[in-house]
Amino acid sequence: MSAPATAVSGAIEKSPGYWAGVGRRFRRDPVAMLALCLVLGLILMALLAPWVAPADPYRASMLRRLRPIGTPGFLLGTDELGRDMLSRLIHGARLSLLMGVTPVFIAFFVGSAIGITAGYIGGTVNTVLMRTIDVFFAFPSVLLAIALSGALGAGIFNGLLSLTVVFIPPIARIAESVTTAVRKIEYVEAARASGASAFTIVRVHVLGNVIGPIFVYATGLISVSLILASGLSFLGLGVKPPEPEWGLMLNTLRNAIYVQPWVAALPGLMIFITSVSFNLLSDGLRSAMDLKA
Amino acid sequence: MSTTPVASASPPGPLLSITGLTKHFPLKGGLLGGRKGVVRAVDGISFDVAEGETLGIVGESGCGKSTTARLMVDLIRPDAGDIRLGGRRLGHDMSVRDMRRQVQMVFQDSYASLNPRLTMEDAIAFGPMVNGMSEQAAVACAHELLHKVGLEPRRFAGRYPHELSGGQRQRVNIARALAFSPKVVILDEAVSALDKSVEAQVLNLLCDLKAELGLTYIFISHDLNVVRYMSDRVMVMYLGEVAEIGPVDALYSNPSHPYSRALLAAMPSMDPDRRTHEAPLQGDPPNPINPPSGCRFHTRCKLVDDVCSRQSPGLYLQEQKGHLAACHIAIPGSGHKHAGQAS
Amino acid sequence: MLIYILRRVIYAIPVAFGVSVVCFMLVYISPGDPLTSILPPDASAQLQAEMRRIYGFDRPLPVQYGLWLMKILQGDLGTSIATGRPVAQELGKALGNTLMLAVLATLIGFILGSLFGFVAGYFHNSWIDKLASFISIIGVSVPHYWLGMVLVIIFSVQLNWLPATGAGPGGSDAWKWNWEHVKHLILPAVTMSVIPMGIVARTVRALVADILSQEFITGLAAKGLLDRGIFGHVVKNAAPTALAVMGLQLGYLLGGSILIETVFSWPGTGFLLGQAIFQRDLPLLQGTILVLALFFVTLNLIVDVIQTMLDPRVQRS
Repeated sequence: MSAPATAVSGAIEKSPGYWAGVGRRFRRDPVAMLALCLVLGLILMALLAPWVAPADPYRASMLRRLRPIGTPGFLLGTDELGRDMLSRLIHGARLSLLMGVTPVFIAFFVGSAIGITAGYIGGTVNTVLMRTIDVFFAFPSVLLAIALSGALGAGIFNGLLSLTVVFIPPIARIAESVTTAVRKIEYVEAARASGASAFTIVRVHVLGNVIGPIFVYATGLISVSLILASGLSFLGLGVKPPEPEWGLMLNTLRNAIYVQPWVAALPGLMIFITSVSFNLLSDGLRSAMDLKA
Repeated sequence: MSTTPVASASPPGPLLSITGLTKHFPLKGGLLGGRKGVVRAVDGISFDVAEGETLGIVGESGCGKSTTARLMVDLIRPDAGDIRLGGRRLGHDMSVRDMRRQVQMVFQDSYASLNPRLTMEDAIAFGPMVNGMSEQAAVACAHELLHKVGLEPRRFAGRYPHELSGGQRQRVNIARALAFSPKVVILDEAVSALDKSVEAQVLNLLCDLKAELGLTYIFISHDLNVVRYMSDRVMVMYLGEVAEIGPVDALYSNPSHPYSRALLAAMPSMDPDRRTHEAPLQGDPPNPINPPSGCRFHTRCKLVDDVCSRQSPGLYLQEQKGHLAACHIAIPGSGHKHAGQAS
Repeated sequence: MLIYILRRVIYAIPVAFGVSVVCFMLVYISPGDPLTSILPPDASAQLQAEMRRIYGFDRPLPVQYGLWLMKILQGDLGTSIATGRPVAQELGKALGNTLMLAVLATLIGFILGSLFGFVAGYFHNSWIDKLASFISIIGVSVPHYWLGMVLVIIFSVQLNWLPATGAGPGGSDAWKWNWEHVKHLILPAVTMSVIPMGIVARTVRALVADILSQEFITGLAAKGLLDRGIFGHVVKNAAPTALAVMGLQLGYLLGGSILIETVFSWPGTGFLLGQAIFQRDLPLLQGTILVLALFFVTLNLIVDVIQTMLDPRVQRS
């Protein structure tokens, strides 16, 4: 362009972008909105736990052990050490959500980076990266999480580390698969024919088109991560007593099922509700994104 | 975007010169995924394109037209052969980056050619920005190009691909190619997917742009009528090789190569008195993995002779007709029983 | 196609090696001296020295891996710290128990899941579909160890119909297929079947809905094929993928049985694993994980091959 060009005077008509369309469709889906409210509610509850919970979750009393639901002052009963169940459940949301969401969050970034790189560069790099990922895929996720946790030892950090390692391979795989598909489409070819660097092409053309499916897949993994994380605590790995965490609470209350069965079942109910909410949220997101914008 | 007359500025000789271009795709198979054979997509083709002309390329599917196009913009690396632009050799006197600024391509699938997440102005502005232009200038350039291809910037610059029709998208693709101020634009089946009426509009646009900007086109299509309308010269490809190349009117009215003849005879005519009585071309094109020996067309040729299976004919310039044909019949003294007979 | 099968088998070998490397490394990522991981704390100095020599702890890592691998290939999976018995022996018994449970659970999950999925897909977008989808979402979201507890509460504690734990009188060593023993199998198997059921239901529903919406079905209906004919056709087209999913679920159950087996004290590999973790019995942990993972790899391989043989469209390059 030798002569300097001037842009059109006055505003151009701007169409709403892709994500705006997704948001609109999502808002119209009642189930998805309900799930969103539930998830936000749970997160809020976790963040505001010290202010929302009626009692101290650590305060034990041997006199008040295993009271049933509806006991005055202890709305959802007490656990095997006399601690208020309601407060422990509310506080438990913090660790349970943390252990559930964080590994997927980290794995999303690491896995996407690995997968997109492998998918775009292709060739030997792709083969090496994906075969290494395949080795981890050779383990059923529960087994791998337990193997790593078992070897590393109990503790929150070890639990987070194991779970992150468990979730990186599936995300990397999806990322590689979607990137490889997008790479073959003509607009990427056209971008390559423009002389742009690989990095620029990935940033402008590839990323926007692959992030969506990967993100939806990752949100679908959150419920699995929640169940797995609580499962680790249930087995004695992961969170250690006296911290309130739903899976750990199920563990310590196991023998109480003969005395106060419904109190003992409460933590699991929380895991269940949270897991269903995240699943419905993920499904709603997928529906909102599936149709062409 | 210069509008100076072409003749005064350019050196003599062809603008684009292709020599011996070859691309074989490896076939994976076997136990360890090793090579099982090659697909000889393009096998040593050579041709020139003069500045300001439109060269049409025709042929059946799988003849190597699209591969040739991609080789010319380095989307695929050739195994052998030279590409020269304005006398400068790609890879030696000229970098790939330089060439990409001068040779641009428009693809067949108008929807897949555009990033669904980018607005039209962003899509067009991407190229200039990559080449160093500021965002503001690039967007302004994009608006001007939209105007040039007949899409009002106020209405179209902020839109997404799915909101445009096929014809409109293809105009955007053309604008995008022009954003580089290229000398050569390769149109790979660019209008094939459009409705006929829209196709006519886009073709007219292409002709106008060519005249205004002094462009050189390479027009690839399987539609012989459109090629005749658009091209100055035409090249017929068969199974990765050039069968015939010459001025379009001369070639269409008097083709030398039996394949060109069959191809042109296969064009249905609007004249009810000129009905086709038998299929001019028998059978399916043979496999590019294992092409026939000698002249690749000899297995389907009605005028085949012994020499055809033994020896591959090179392109031979027929002085009287002005086109080059790769056929033993055209080469006097080749050993073919009809050799040297102009028909 | 034989070439594909052979290639798939060959491809599985480096994966198996990779798996063994990961298992090998488990001992090393564990805190502390590897020697304390494989020997009880009160082992004699002489025994420690001997172990050091056998395992080669003072040798470079790749050499240690080689030594370990050779022992594995000879069938020696090490000795459990807690019981003193060879790991292979402990595993053998436990594996049988888990297989029993897992196979039963997979069958239940597959049958019920296919039923739900088929009905949902056949009447897709109707209320039946929504209901079935809802149920399958629940199936996938429920923490199965909690579900086990709930079932125990209902059927053992409250109703006293079924036992809560264990594998029956005489334990797993004296297993017989009588009610006394089988009643111990019911709750764990049902609990275990929920997740596969959810996944199979989802998959089958998608398959059936997809097949029914394809144009060739309209063609069949136009030809006057009765509902039964279409049914058979749908089954034929959906079967390969559904079976593949079932096979994979079996693999997951085998590997992931630890949670359910812990809840029900079912003496399977998962229970063994739980004990190994609790007692920090690393040879047992390592050996069990290695065997389970290799089982999974083999199962994947078999499923892949069978799927290729059944479905001519699955042509891998």
